[in-house]
Amino acid sequence: MAGLSLSNLKKTYGKVEVIKDVDLEIGHGEFVVFVGPSGCGKSTLLRMIAGLEDITGGELRIGDKIVNQVQPRDRGVAMVFQSYALYPHMTVYDNVGFGLRLNKTPKDVRDRKIREAAQILQMEHLLDRKPAQLSGGQRQRVAIGRAIVRQPEVFLFDEPLSNLDAALRMDMRMEISKLHQELGATMIYVTHDQVEAMTLADKIVVLNAGVVQQVGSPLELYNRPANLFVAGFIGSPKMNMVEVSVETAGANAIDISGPAIGRLSLATEASGIVLGDKMTLGIRPHDFQQVPEGPFKGTVTLVEHLGNETMVSLKLANGEAMIAALDGDTTCAIGETVSLDFNRDKVHLFDSGGQRRG
Amino acid sequence: MSNKQKSLQSHPLAGWLMTAPALILIVLFLVGPFILAFGFSFTNQRLISPNPTQFVGLSNFEQLLGVGVLTLDPERDDAGQVVLDAEGQPSYPRLRDYTRNNPDYPQYDGMREWFSFSTGDARTYVLARDTVFMKALTNTLLFVIIVAPVQSGLALLLALMINQKLRGINVFRTIYFMPVVVSIVVVSLLWRFIYDGRNGLLNNLLEFLTFGHFQPIDWLGNPDTALFAIIGMSIWQAVGFHMVIWLSGLQTIPLTLYEAADIEGATPWQKFRFVTWPGLRNTAVLILVVITMQAFALFSQIDVMTNGGPLDSTQTLVFQAVVRGYEQQNIAGGSAISVILFLLVLSISLIQRYLTRERT
Repeated sequence: MAGLSLSNLKKTYGKVEVIKDVDLEIGHGEFVVFVGPSGCGKSTLLRMIAGLEDITGGELRIGDKIVNQVQPRDRGVAMVFQSYALYPHMTVYDNVGFGLRLNKTPKDVRDRKIREAAQILQMEHLLDRKPAQLSGGQRQRVAIGRAIVRQPEVFLFDEPLSNLDAALRMDMRMEISKLHQELGATMIYVTHDQVEAMTLADKIVVLNAGVVQQVGSPLELYNRPANLFVAGFIGSPKMNMVEVSVETAGANAIDISGPAIGRLSLATEASGIVLGDKMTLGIRPHDFQQVPEGPFKGTVTLVEHLGNETMVSLKLANGEAMIAALDGDTTCAIGETVSLDFNRDKVHLFDSGGQRRG
Repeated sequence: MSNKQKSLQSHPLAGWLMTAPALILIVLFLVGPFILAFGFSFTNQRLISPNPTQFVGLSNFEQLLGVGVLTLDPERDDAGQVVLDAEGQPSYPRLRDYTRNNPDYPQYDGMREWFSFSTGDARTYVLARDTVFMKALTNTLLFVIIVAPVQSGLALLLALMINQKLRGINVFRTIYFMPVVVSIVVVSLLWRFIYDGRNGLLNNLLEFLTFGHFQPIDWLGNPDTALFAIIGMSIWQAVGFHMVIWLSGLQTIPLTLYEAADIEGATPWQKFRFVTWPGLRNTAVLILVVITMQAFALFSQIDVMTNGGPLDSTQTLVFQAVVRGYEQQNIAGGSAISVILFLLVLSISLIQRYLTRERT
């Protein structure tokens, strides 16, 4: 069984750098999710691990072996594709047993393993069918079955749920999570859906433009995003960002002001923050409360009642837009003026370079 | 709603009117001749003749397809010994005595020897009423049997090679496709020079490669090599066309299937066997049927290169149909050959479709 180690991993297509010096340690048995917007290089990174893309520079180890030049089949990985990549002319049974057939596993062993995998995925009744006779979710099950039957050390999932509808996606998400617990294997999962990332991962790797932005547990990323990109990417609805400048910088507190909020005092470790710095204040929509008189005042532009909470979109006096997640029984109408305060302990401050401060 | 005049396109006859040019041409030059050929094949129609056309039933087909088997014992002397000829071979009664005006064997009247073989002392003669037609039939079948598998296999090989992502691969695609673009008549003329018996390119090449030990062959003038020379050239000429069809089939196979196979541990051969070949099923059926039909229609090469000779060794069905219909002015005979060819190709295509059908 194996962990992975990526050091200085690079990938270029001609002059275009798509993966820039990625360093990453993945422990054995960890569920790691690569997340990021389209084109951030997350799939490329996964395919480099699988051996489907050449590695331009750096070192990739699976277990304690450097595998840069190793053929995909010898890396001990299995992969589940977004398009399922099932063989249309083969039955489910043959699809699942394809790898075993290729490496000439005896027929009885093969049969036992295929049936075991089918049992784990509850698809024993599908074994005689062809992929064309299956629904999307069933096809994905078969693709996962093909991966687990070979008992690989590392599972790679490339956006496996993107082609499924919302309800099915949630079911399959839970099944994959269950599967991870049962098999205890290392899994690497690529998605652009941050909900999938948050729910599945032991460790999330946020990528943007081929650069790792932050690595951490889902709650770390949510509570202490390392930079503006992660702050904006993780969490739904998106974190509100307000431009502010530093008025006074004490030892444990700073005063900030901005056109949207007036002047505010925040308790924070202010080392390195100096007077006049331009900063970004980040407030999650869920950290707002409605108050009679607060720092934020705005006109309601949209109200969405979700039952357990109400999403209120505001337009502040200076024209900036803001979203607040308020109580489910909040009553306000479009055009009304609402006053908001926020949880001072949970604010995020970023310097002008977008890096987290305090 | 605007009060615009109703568009002419919505007139009930508009559709027919628009398809009319194509429809008329198809009826005039495809459907019409097809039906006429069927009709003529049951008559004694001639190209130009003062006599009225008569319905003759199946006699054209009987004339073409009539065969008989005659087994003759060797001639024996009074002691019962087999009479040997000057070369020590047993001698047999003259075939003519049986096939010309012999009241005991009316069924063989007018037949000629097609081929013969010996069983013990006896010799069995297979007789045909029209040996040239039989020769054409067997030549055509031989042509199809060789060309269909070799050409489709070669085309697949080229397609697989050309499907690589390499720099300059388009140059090769162009080269392989070039003979298809050139008229078959031009190609045939060129290959007559290549096959030339004295100074042909092929003879020169073979002489060069064997350091002069190779004796030049008149490829098209020798009954043993003429048909094979034409087969070789025909395969070369159309292989590019089928390569392109294979290529289009190859490119419909999703790349992820190969990637999945890579990860599952497939060797290049296993990838071909389990991914490529099953993915090419429909293409394979198409190519097989198309090549078979094209091969049966062999005509231009023969017309330009050999005219059916030498010694009828390159006669083919279509060539015979044309020769009879126009050179011998026997439209009925030519039509009958066309009808036989049609039934032959139809039944072979149906058999191919049945054999390659989707099994569920």
